Amino acid sequence: MKFTVNGVRHEADVEAEMPLLWVLRDELKIKGVKYGCGIAQCGACTVHLDGEAVRSCQIWAEDAEGAEITTIEGLGTAEALHAVQAAWIARQVAQCGYCQSGQIMQAAALLAGNPAPSDAEIDAAMSGNLCRCGTYPRIRAAIHDAADRLREA
Amino acid sequence: MSRRSLTRRAFVVGSVAVAGGAAFGVYMLGKPHDNPLEATLGPGEAALTPYVRIDAQGVTLITPRADSGQGVAHVQAAFLAEELDVDLEAVRVDPGPPGAAYWNTALAGEAAEFTVPSGGLMRDLAESALGAAMKVIGLQITGGSTTVPDQFVKLRAAAASARETLKQAAAARTGVARDALRTEAGQVILPDGTALPYGALAGDLAGVAVVQDVALRPPSAWRYIGQPMARIDMVAKCTGTQTYGIDLEIDGMVHAAIRLNPAQGGAMTGFDATRALQMRGVQGVVAVTGGIAALADNTWRAMQAAEAVEVDWGPAPMPATMAQHWQALSEAFTEDRRDSRKRDDGDVETALAGGEVIEAEYRAPYLAHAPLEPVSAIVRVDDGKAEVWTGTQIPRFVQKNVARIAGIDPEAVTLHAQMMGGSFGHRLEDEVVRRATEIAVQRPGVPVKLTYSREEDMTHDFPRQIAMARLRGRVAEGRVEAMDLRVACPSVMASQMGRQDMPVPGPDSQIVAGAWNAPFAFPHHRVTGYRAPELAPVSSWRSVGASHAGFFHNAALDELIHAAGADPMEERLRLCSDPLARKVLEAVAEMSAWTGPLSAGRGRGVALTTSFGVPCAEVIEVRHTDAGIRIENVWVAAEVGLVVDPVNFENLVQGGVIFGLAHAMNCEITYEGGIAEQANFDSYPGMRLAQAPKIAVRGLENGAALRGIGEPPVPPAAPALAGAIFAATGLRLREMPFSRFIDFA
Repeated sequence: MKFTVNGVRHEADVEAEMPLLWVLRDELKIKGVKYGCGIAQCGACTVHLDGEAVRSCQIWAEDAEGAEITTIEGLGTAEALHAVQAAWIARQVAQCGYCQSGQIMQAAALLAGNPAPSDAEIDAAMSGNLCRCGTYPRIRAAIHDAADRLREA
Repeated sequence: MSRRSLTRRAFVVGSVAVAGGAAFGVYMLGKPHDNPLEATLGPGEAALTPYVRIDAQGVTLITPRADSGQGVAHVQAAFLAEELDVDLEAVRVDPGPPGAAYWNTALAGEAAEFTVPSGGLMRDLAESALGAAMKVIGLQITGGSTTVPDQFVKLRAAAASARETLKQAAAARTGVARDALRTEAGQVILPDGTALPYGALAGDLAGVAVVQDVALRPPSAWRYIGQPMARIDMVAKCTGTQTYGIDLEIDGMVHAAIRLNPAQGGAMTGFDATRALQMRGVQGVVAVTGGIAALADNTWRAMQAAEAVEVDWGPAPMPATMAQHWQALSEAFTEDRRDSRKRDDGDVETALAGGEVIEAEYRAPYLAHAPLEPVSAIVRVDDGKAEVWTGTQIPRFVQKNVARIAGIDPEAVTLHAQMMGGSFGHRLEDEVVRRATEIAVQRPGVPVKLTYSREEDMTHDFPRQIAMARLRGRVAEGRVEAMDLRVACPSVMASQMGRQDMPVPGPDSQIVAGAWNAPFAFPHHRVTGYRAPELAPVSSWRSVGASHAGFFHNAALDELIHAAGADPMEERLRLCSDPLARKVLEAVAEMSAWTGPLSAGRGRGVALTTSFGVPCAEVIEVRHTDAGIRIENVWVAAEVGLVVDPVNFENLVQGGVIFGLAHAMNCEITYEGGIAEQANFDSYPGMRLAQAPKIAVRGLENGAALRGIGEPPVPPAAPALAGAIFAATGLRLREMPFSRFIDFA
């Protein structure tokens, strides 16, 4: 299969039904995408597939053929942060941090389609992403903060 | 101000040469433990003490404390930066090897100023033979919210001596007197403004005697402590560049997946791997204790192969039905199972002999820890030695167990501690390392990375203890007059330490933690613990015994206050017998503007539990909607002596409240035939963002002792929620999870 990850073209010789999550993590060694549940219940594996936030544990390799995929590593870097990452850092959101790649990818997709989401819209978009440390109050604040940053940019 | 009493004790700062620099650390007098870093030294180098290493690369904090998300690495770096005059961002952190010299003073109840005056795990450990055993084995455990209290003085003392010794080295080099020098941003500054970076002076340190007895700076001079800080792990965690144990790859490694007997603790009696061995990338299937492991060139392939193995299982060594588990608790309220009676005020029997007696029974279920990162470990065994890469709170036990399984000396086991994606007590167990070692000894020289699936992780967790309580109480003239609370559960300490072959003599105070020491003075007040037999094996879960007994005591108190016709807040304030706890209650009363009952369909509850030495009070407000109970607001206050970082503090407290609420709402592990019926987050949902309330946090600093905040916010959440639901609906909830009885919106 062939696809593009973070702007780089890749080829992987894998089974058609191998989840994209494991293609990324174990074949391409892109580790920012996390395994948490494997059944689309936690959102830790969220990536953008052709611009849409998806659970990579539910995408078969063959369904990613030709797709443009963005992971947390491609969203922004320490030197060039995406507005959502900058807001996450400013609000000191993370505790263990394990869910935050998925949270940030989900929030970035939300803001790409809705530059000023209400609390209810944030609830609807973000409630598939589980945080066992309970950083939700900070996630909510950081999304509003990121929306402000994107508007000012 | 209380901070004055946070004084240092009799420490000796040691300094030794390392390649290109020196290391500074604290020895406590009378602690004859071996130095843990000796094994890393070359010939001719002296013994090395832990904590602060200064070399050409700069300043490195060597800390054995596991960071599972609480920010303990960050807080310790701040302690170091405070005295060393180095920027917080410039401090590197290294976990260092396991060693007896790292042992957890606070957890073992060693230092008087660090012990909990009443009711805490530490004091109780110290009082028992377990405390003595811990000294012998060199306890190196991260737990009990002890890291901050343990390191607050030690690290600052080591850093202060290091700073003055660096100045001494600069003085020797330049001929300028030490007291004419100052330090700033990782440099010694000469009177003429010349700056000598620490790294450039590091090579001179070997010939300089360590400067002892440096006075610690007063709180008024602190730059970091007490101020909002940027956690040193935050950027990495927000850019996907933080490496957790599950992300690690070692050259030549093979991936392994495990399939254990679904019935917890049952045996594996035979297997047929024919089909699995034909699958792509599969490199073998091996037996491990209680199951099989499949080896492959990829995590997913290993998991698929493990599923494809046909396995024969033995029965589970526990009662077959939950009814039988509850029956065992129900039958444990007997004299011969009595474990402790640490509270016995007045004369409860006489007080309950006449008049109406209020009776109720309460239950708390098994709970999985379920940190979001499933457990994993990489182990390589070869040629009489072993290497281990894993996230753990018990490095010394890991070292010992790997050595035992591999048949080698503990000193031949090198442990590389990894960042953990949460723990909540999960990483106080080391099953994953033991199973990985069993596989690794069958593949000598090959690094074996064992990754548990979520399902294996959750169904083979050693859960929070199941518990039951019975109340008999009496009220008179609008007041609570008598409470007799009996609590029965298996001993979590005996179960957990039993897996480390350590006997736990004496009573297990965790059975009644948060109940016997409840800071209330009724005329007649008795709390008795009963030790039920072990049913499912259990383990420490965030806040340990207070997670059940704190609920029971507050819920029981609510029933009595209601029967007395009193207000839950006012009566608690009237009964509160601890000045520090009273201030915490007063704080949440003020923050929430508590005025008694709300309008129809809304309700508030209040709870106060002292755990790990921290009185923590919470007021919770709910609304009864068509879709169910909506938790709208939480006000929480805790007494911690000193808030080290108000931002991280607020985050941890909010998270602790959500953790307590999430499990009280809708989480439980139930066993049928020994098989956990919840295997993933579809049946163990917890709280989602849409359900998260607003949470206002206040840290109080009236106490003399510095406390950790990882666990104390958890216990009051469930009873405060139950009280709020009662106020809003009239439904009295006595059993968790509450979703068994009411919906949540």
